[in-house]
Amino acid sequence: MKKKRTFTEWIRSRDGQQVLVMFAFMVIPLLLLFIFTYLPFAKMFGFSFYNMKYVGVRKFVGLKNYIKVFQRDDCFGALKLSLYYMLGSIVQLALALYLATILSFKVKGGNLFKGFMFFPFLINGIAIGFIFKFFYTRGFVFDTVLQWCGFNLENLPYWLKDQRINNFSLVGTSIWRYFGQNMVLFIGAIMSVDSELYEAAMLDGANRFQQFKYIIMPSIKTIITLNVILSITGSLSAFEPPYVITDGANGTGTYFVVMHEIAHTQQKVGLASAMAIVLLIIIFIATILQKLFFKYVFRSAEDEDPRAGARRQKMLERSIRNQERIAARGGK
Amino acid sequence: MNELNKAGRILLTFIKYLSLVLFSFVAVLPVVSCFITAFKTDYEYQTTNVMTMPQNWFNFENFTQAFQKAGMARAFVNSFIILVCVLFFSVMIGTQLAYVLNRFKFFGNTIIRALFLFASQLPGVAMQISVYEIMYNLGFINSLPGYIIMMCGTDIISIYIYIQFFENINYSLDESAIIDGASYFTIFYKVLFPLLKPAIVTSCILKGVGTYNEYYCANLYLQDKTRYATVATSLYTFVGPLGSKYNLICAGVIISLLPALIVFILCQKQIYSGLTAGAVKG
Repeated sequence: MKKKRTFTEWIRSRDGQQVLVMFAFMVIPLLLLFIFTYLPFAKMFGFSFYNMKYVGVRKFVGLKNYIKVFQRDDCFGALKLSLYYMLGSIVQLALALYLATILSFKVKGGNLFKGFMFFPFLINGIAIGFIFKFFYTRGFVFDTVLQWCGFNLENLPYWLKDQRINNFSLVGTSIWRYFGQNMVLFIGAIMSVDSELYEAAMLDGANRFQQFKYIIMPSIKTIITLNVILSITGSLSAFEPPYVITDGANGTGTYFVVMHEIAHTQQKVGLASAMAIVLLIIIFIATILQKLFFKYVFRSAEDEDPRAGARRQKMLERSIRNQERIAARGGK
Repeated sequence: MNELNKAGRILLTFIKYLSLVLFSFVAVLPVVSCFITAFKTDYEYQTTNVMTMPQNWFNFENFTQAFQKAGMARAFVNSFIILVCVLFFSVMIGTQLAYVLNRFKFFGNTIIRALFLFASQLPGVAMQISVYEIMYNLGFINSLPGYIIMMCGTDIISIYIYIQFFENINYSLDESAIIDGASYFTIFYKVLFPLLKPAIVTSCILKGVGTYNEYYCANLYLQDKTRYATVATSLYTFVGPLGSKYNLICAGVIISLLPALIVFILCQKQIYSGLTAGAVKG
């Protein structure tokens, strides 16, 4: 019969040691995760039913905050601006993919170009705010460059004040900041493709465009899909460009800028919480829809491929397997 | 036919380099124009076009003034303290967590991973609405330690980098240490931790740049700008009455991005590989 162990004996045993180390190593990160993510998450949900400030009396108002979110035109209406940012992120991804493809072939000074285009990603938000206030000021950098190109200053709009154009100006800064980072991610994915594939394709007489279509595209579609999903949810929660450059003035206040203002300046914490919850639900739904969409698109694309030669099929499979291996290694 | 092919190839090469030069120009132009302006005297700034080169490239007047006006000496000290503490604690916490998640099979392993992953998907700006209340109740407003503790929290990317690295460390290493009678703590600190060095460097660079550049929470929780400004938030000094003295502002901006630039030049490879490693997971 097994002898019943005392607690000290158990603690000294391997099992006990294992539990001890697991506890010791996980308690702090899990505590931090709880305090700074899941507790606030739950609190935010609670706040959204109250009329309250950070300090002082709280009054239960039921769903009133949620109704307000949809009624006030500065709240839900601000989501319209996301369309600008969605458009911007499509441009950004296309640009990043184009430049990544160029840079993944042999290019003189490739690292230098890559560095130039990536560096904006490492600049802090406030500095970016100042840089672009300066950049877009009437008669300053952007106008000067356009004048070099033959434009007349009188025909140029006020980039940050003119409501027809200022959201595009802000989206431009966002593209400027992130296209290099996207590009680096894409280069990483392209580089993970077996170089034998390119050699095999060259022997088959495939040109650059065919290489792109049949080797590069299939092997990086995972990361492209991921980035498209991220960028669409990202555009719904667009915040930084208007926050640091225009402070939401002149019709540039995105949903989150309005929410920040309501929460921290006006201190209508309940309303802001309701706004946050509404947006989180929208983001959640958008993510699921996109995942389903991409699943459907890729499955049907792989089904119909009757004319492709056996070799190309093999190449494809190999590159897909390769991609899966990379994804699997990451412990998806 | 051959000639046509050759012409085509030259054209392609031309387009290739043209795009690279064009977009590199677009990427550096805003920063370079700032750099030029930072060297101009007030008179020059008011009378010449922004893209005209300054007369004197050794006019550091704006830099010293910006540095003093924005209290950047203090800000650099604060940022340095924050950076060192956040990196130290998040490396300790992150590697330990990754060790447990990778080496032990237990109920809840996947749940914990999922919890961290989900947390990383929540937009920070929205979360701060209620995190603010918690920080307030904990007395963490205007407190460097409070801000540091908050910044040490969840960071899925470094956890992934560490887990991935652990996967490539053979388990037989652990086993032989166990046979030698080493405890799990000894195995982690003496055997595995030293091997993690490359992963730690990568994640420190990424997290370091992120922490150095963080301004939203710093602005929210370190409100007393004379004592607790970080380098990023010290730039807020230039909002308001100084708002149109761009030669001064540009100098401040350039000072603030120098550390990131230096780290970037020295550690390009780690930054690129760290980003790629963190992104493929999704």
